[in-house]
Amino acid sequence: MNDLLNLSPEEWTAVRLSLRVATVAMLASLPVGIAVAYLLARGRFPGKSIVNGIVLLPLILPPVVTGYLLLLSFGRRGPIGAFLYEYFGIVFSFRWTGAALACAVMGFPLLVRSIRLSIEAVDRRLEDAAGTLGANRGWVFLLVTLPLILPGIIAGMILCFAKAMGEFGATITFVSNIPGETQTLPSAIYTFTQIPGGEIGALRLTLVSIVISMGALVVSEVMARRVGHGFSFE
Amino acid sequence: MSLEVDVTHKLGSFTLAARFVSAGRLTAFFGRSGAGKTSLVNVIAGVLRPDRGRVVVDGTPLVDTDKGLFVPKHKRRVGYVFQEGRLLPHLTVRQNLLFGWWFTPKSERHIALDQVLDLLGIGHLLDRRSGALSGGEKQRVAIGRALLTSPRLLLMDEPLASLDDTRKDEILPFIERLRDEAQVPIVYVSHSLSEVVRLATTVVMLLDGRIAAVGSPTEVLGRSDLIAAQGGGEAGALIEATVCGHDPSFGLTSLSSRAGLLQAPQLDLPIGTPVRLRIRARDVMIAITRPDGLSALNVLPGVIQTLDPSAEGPVEVALDCGGVRLTARLTRKSVELLRLEPGRRVYAVIKSVALDRESLGRAPMPAAPTSADASTSRA
Repeated sequence: MNDLLNLSPEEWTAVRLSLRVATVAMLASLPVGIAVAYLLARGRFPGKSIVNGIVLLPLILPPVVTGYLLLLSFGRRGPIGAFLYEYFGIVFSFRWTGAALACAVMGFPLLVRSIRLSIEAVDRRLEDAAGTLGANRGWVFLLVTLPLILPGIIAGMILCFAKAMGEFGATITFVSNIPGETQTLPSAIYTFTQIPGGEIGALRLTLVSIVISMGALVVSEVMARRVGHGFSFE
Repeated sequence: MSLEVDVTHKLGSFTLAARFVSAGRLTAFFGRSGAGKTSLVNVIAGVLRPDRGRVVVDGTPLVDTDKGLFVPKHKRRVGYVFQEGRLLPHLTVRQNLLFGWWFTPKSERHIALDQVLDLLGIGHLLDRRSGALSGGEKQRVAIGRALLTSPRLLLMDEPLASLDDTRKDEILPFIERLRDEAQVPIVYVSHSLSEVVRLATTVVMLLDGRIAAVGSPTEVLGRSDLIAAQGGGEAGALIEATVCGHDPSFGLTSLSSRAGLLQAPQLDLPIGTPVRLRIRARDVMIAITRPDGLSALNVLPGVIQTLDPSAEGPVEVALDCGGVRLTARLTRKSVELLRLEPGRRVYAVIKSVALDRESLGRAPMPAAPTSADASTSRA
């Protein structure tokens, strides 16, 4: 029993890394996610269905394919990766930032879908009313649209976080499985199952996964309830 | 204040083609549902961009399609009270009220929160959320919210339509006060004749997207052809009067008008208050001699002007009672039996109970600059 609760330092590293990767992936994709969701919900422009398809692609493609595409474009020699390294010194391949990028890309469709649906559900007559009260489009978005879609944003964030915590295929293809750098929870569990006597470690990390997932669910419930009770911007 | 509108707009198979000028303190857009009242108000508010035309408020053009001018709604400073209130559900009453106030430039803020709370009696609601308000309270907050933008024009789109009669009676006095006390001209949309009778200083009557008539309430609402065209409305006459006495023992109020003294069920209005009442043609009887031993309290002498037989049978008799036009609806048989004809002196008899609260309202204070230009509608 004691064995089940005492995590080794390596295992703690994997847990911390996973949490960091998932949090960064969720927060970094949030502003882009809201913008893209707004564009898809409200925008009328040619090629809208193509944009929609690209956003949803990671949901349909095998994760390994997504990971390989990331490797091709964001790797050191890839067109985007080379540009980012040359001008900004940013490296994604085989770094934890790469893992976060992979997780963000995989979670993005879920985030956008959830926010888009809640934007489409907003009563636009309320936005008109705010407009007649003197608010321009930016203020209407900040003071009316955003508060009204907050439950959808929270739901999308939780989905994105959960997806990031469990992401395996794209991450391992793009940034490999380096302990302490890119070895997230799923990768660590996978590694344990590949070595003799690793069952107990795999089981410990599985328990941790369950606890984190449940925790995320509870947090989202609490936040959703608080938003339901009221939101104040003063 | 002056409001100048000349717009055409196509919405599917419906065409709005409206041209009028109004300088009234409360301009009522009157017409049945689908007549284009809301579209017209939306054009003035900037929620709807018309295909063609001009909107000018107090000399400031808000729309001029010839010059490519369309002032966006958030820059118009036109207050809008929507039919369904449209309070922001995630905000408290206070936040809703101050929403527009906050966007109004400091130098333009003529109306303060305290004034609005006082006028509308909503001080006790400040910390509530809009979901926790009754329909009447919601509408009062919506009115306050629009007022706090210190608008140059206040648009009210059927603000009472979603309320029951008790709630309507709760709000109507506030709108009367608004008309008489706040220095904000109002455009009031309604399909209810009694609301228009009570509130309007100028009536713009709409019919199928066109302007059917513009003028003072007595002119427009006294015309039975226009009222008939609205469907369901009853012919009648509009009379201006002044409260001249109360008789609490009988629950009556005396009103003096140019046609003579009238007794109405008791009104909670001080002596000297101008009122306006609508007398339905079917509530008027005609006698050829001054009647004796009759329960009706109101007997007005007059002269028959015209007899207008309608297709269905009843005859509409127009009377001139001391310069006030009254209409009576009689059967053809009565007309023949009494040998009624134009020029004959008769007495109009009206039961006091016919002058109910529905057809009676405090008129705008006499200083009201009420005028209206001629109207034309265009195809």
